[in-house]
Amino acid sequence: MKKLRKVYIGLIMAFLYAPIVLLILYSFNDSKSRANWGGFTLRWYKELFSDAQIISALGTTLSIGFLAAVISTILGTFGAIALYQMKRGPRQVMLSVVNLPMLNSEVVTGVSLMLLFAIAQIQMGYVTLLLAHISFCVPYVVLSVMPKLRQLEPNLAEAAQDLGATPRQGFFKVILPDIMPGVFSGFLMALTMSIDDFVVSFFTTGSGVSNLSITIYTMAKRGISPKINALSSLIFAAVFILLVGLNLRDLKKTGGSKNIEKVKIPY
Amino acid sequence: MKRKGLMVLPFALWAIIFILVPLGLIAWYGITVEEPVAYTEITLEDGTPAFRLEDGTVQTQEPWQKKAVISFQNFKRMVEPTYLRLLIRSLKIALLTTLICLILGYPVALILTGKDFKHPTLWLMLIILPMWMNFLLRTYSWMSILENSGILNSWITALRNAVPAIDQWFTARGVGNKIIFLYNENAVILGMVYNYLSFMIMPIYTVIEKIDKSLLEAAADLGASPSKSFIRVTLPYSLPGVLEGITMVFVPAVTTFVISQLMGGGKVPLIGDIIQNQFGKSSDWHFGSSLSLLVMVVVLAFMGGLQQIDKDEEPQKEVRIF
Amino acid sequence: MKKFAVLFVLALCIVSCAVAEKISVYNWGDYIDPETIKMFEAETGIEVEYMVYETNEDMYAKIANGKSSYDVIFPSDYMVERMIHEKLVQEINWENIPNIVNIDSRFMNESYDPESRYSVPYTWGTMGILYNTGMVKEVPHSWDTMMDDTYNMDMLMLNSPRDTIGIALVMCGYDLNSTDDEALEAAKQLLIKQKPMVLAYVVDEVKDKMIGGEASVAMVWSGDATFCMDESDELDYVVPEEGSNIFFDAICIPSNAKNVAGAEKFIDFLCRGDIAAMNYNYVGYAIPNTAAIEIIGADEYNASPVNNPPQEVLDKCQVFKYLGEDTKKYDQVWTEIISEY
Repeated sequence: MKKLRKVYIGLIMAFLYAPIVLLILYSFNDSKSRANWGGFTLRWYKELFSDAQIISALGTTLSIGFLAAVISTILGTFGAIALYQMKRGPRQVMLSVVNLPMLNSEVVTGVSLMLLFAIAQIQMGYVTLLLAHISFCVPYVVLSVMPKLRQLEPNLAEAAQDLGATPRQGFFKVILPDIMPGVFSGFLMALTMSIDDFVVSFFTTGSGVSNLSITIYTMAKRGISPKINALSSLIFAAVFILLVGLNLRDLKKTGGSKNIEKVKIPY
Repeated sequence: MKRKGLMVLPFALWAIIFILVPLGLIAWYGITVEEPVAYTEITLEDGTPAFRLEDGTVQTQEPWQKKAVISFQNFKRMVEPTYLRLLIRSLKIALLTTLICLILGYPVALILTGKDFKHPTLWLMLIILPMWMNFLLRTYSWMSILENSGILNSWITALRNAVPAIDQWFTARGVGNKIIFLYNENAVILGMVYNYLSFMIMPIYTVIEKIDKSLLEAAADLGASPSKSFIRVTLPYSLPGVLEGITMVFVPAVTTFVISQLMGGGKVPLIGDIIQNQFGKSSDWHFGSSLSLLVMVVVLAFMGGLQQIDKDEEPQKEVRIF
Repeated sequence: MKKFAVLFVLALCIVSCAVAEKISVYNWGDYIDPETIKMFEAETGIEVEYMVYETNEDMYAKIANGKSSYDVIFPSDYMVERMIHEKLVQEINWENIPNIVNIDSRFMNESYDPESRYSVPYTWGTMGILYNTGMVKEVPHSWDTMMDDTYNMDMLMLNSPRDTIGIALVMCGYDLNSTDDEALEAAKQLLIKQKPMVLAYVVDEVKDKMIGGEASVAMVWSGDATFCMDESDELDYVVPEEGSNIFFDAICIPSNAKNVAGAEKFIDFLCRGDIAAMNYNYVGYAIPNTAAIEIIGADEYNASPVNNPPQEVLDKCQVFKYLGEDTKKYDQVWTEIISEY
């Protein structure tokens, strides 16, 4: 029985990793066709780095990711605090509005934002892409900050003010440090969502601005290229190092505790 | 705090502009159609023919402008057999995907949370890891494997060339040189299962992990067999996770257009493909919006249904072992 | 907060890196030699933002409805006509395009832009069948090949509304530009009937797939055929007897272009003989540029039946026309075709 379980997990892992391993393997293949092995090469990596389009798309993805994550974290955190202070009735209404984008499919979100920008006569491009990313990231930030706020001592802010702190001091010195873990995980979630997004970006970009997802989509639609294999391998390596690094630190701290909250996987 | 209003206002404004207004626009586009503007032909003072549009503007070029008119024409079009069949098929494929993910994913969550399983977080992390890669790259990886001239076919050919018996076996079953794996429904479902499996495992794992282990111990102490305590304790307790997993798989699966295009080669259209097409090649934002409204309703109805199940099942959480 | 501030500044830096003069170019996939873009950037210091589209209709959607701004686009004949009609492209100042003298005058003043005010001819070609000589039994001289179940799950079709519906109209015996409801219905039914036999609907992937031997026959544009035939000896191209489409792809400047001067420089650059020759060698489509043909060598250029089709083939080919309001019918028919399975 125990063995069977291990075999099952092994099979699932094989299913999940086989395509990735093959991609990595074939990214070193010195032959344009997948069918035969033409020896080891780093050619595709070189070509990848000299592809201006991919490099600029990577730049767009990262800058949009960081900007969207920072702005939506600020907006979302203040939003969550505002929600927290509202009366129950209006809060429920606001919460369901904020949750709408998460219930909707990405296509609907993408299309609706595209209509918004078109009606407002905003030229599609970097700005619209950024605005769209911010708007689908905010709900996730709110979602991860709210629970931390609920755990707050209700009278903490007032106590701080009684002790002579200005509201601003009260916020930065008292509230913010307490909700920081939520803010941080919201930031991380927003960053991941933004970097991985394709559908919303597809509908809201234009004028020559393209992020990595869109570039990969265009490339994949034009046929299989070993360059994409090389790109996949690099991204996989980066993700692997990042995630393992992030979690190893925690595993050491907690001695490999089973607590799911300790695994930093925004999903 | 006196500054309450100050904080609520920008946030509310944001929610209105970026959530409510866009959805309102979909609704508006959904219930309107585009019509050419009315105009009258006139002659200008210098004798050149011109056109006066209904809003009074005069131009020498033949009018190309359009205006939106309220009409339920697109709703009528939506219920034509072509689109209804498409919707039903999208639902079928999405449900099948969800079911496969559940069948594959539930045991994973169960095994990982088992008391004698070592380093569950590590394994969970490894299972989630591929999900951190761009999902287009994940889909793409399957394309390069399953293509007619892809990795799998080249291996099969090599195998057939090397071992005559295998070749005979294939030939006897009428298999040609290449096996077509891509460009059909199964390929699309495979692509979806691969992309969404982790969405199913994560929430189930989280919920089972939180089940009080003493409950299971108590069940065992009271003589319940492992299968009985699974049915009576683990299963009902994991239901919220299962429902969340179903939502997280079903919603993207029913509306995707990328996976169906890449894995299906344009031969397995889903409702998402048609929506995307209306905003691209076919340039009909109004019909695209009507279809988006339809998808919204279907998804919300589906989730409403799921919540109903959650409510119905709630009493069962008072675990009775005997 | 400090951390955020640092991140913010960092991100802003990434954004503001691009302060140099730039133009954004929106082109078909694989429709320019990337090397020429680098040369243009080196020569002029203007940065090129380059994006690709699949079909005229995709490009139109982005520009007309999507409010995207590009400086240079490459619409085909009927789309040039439509965009002129809808005021989406602007008149070109010929004084800034001195290299226009390189363009063969018989390609100027075409019916889609009668006085050549809006467009610069870029390439031209025909629509036909690319086939794998090792995989087909006989030369597919007729469009009926695309309905032949010998090639069940062995044929590729174009995922392009106007082209695919147009050819289906020809197959049904109608005019390529027919807007008749009956004709369109017949074309639609034909394509729906064909669907189960089609391996995949493709645009740019057709080259990769045909070179890789994924399918025996494919509906392609002549330039893609040339490209594939250069890569693989097994491939050949034919324009079917029933007639086909001949197209002219042009270069235009959209009305909402931000950098018109830069766009003019880029267009002039593309008209230069050496650059057009480089693009010809990379892209594979026939070109109207006499200076470039001289560089390539007129004999070599004319030797290709794809570039230089015999008169009897050209006689059977028609240009797509802008259909005005009837374009909508095509859009609807296309949606219905792709929705069927």
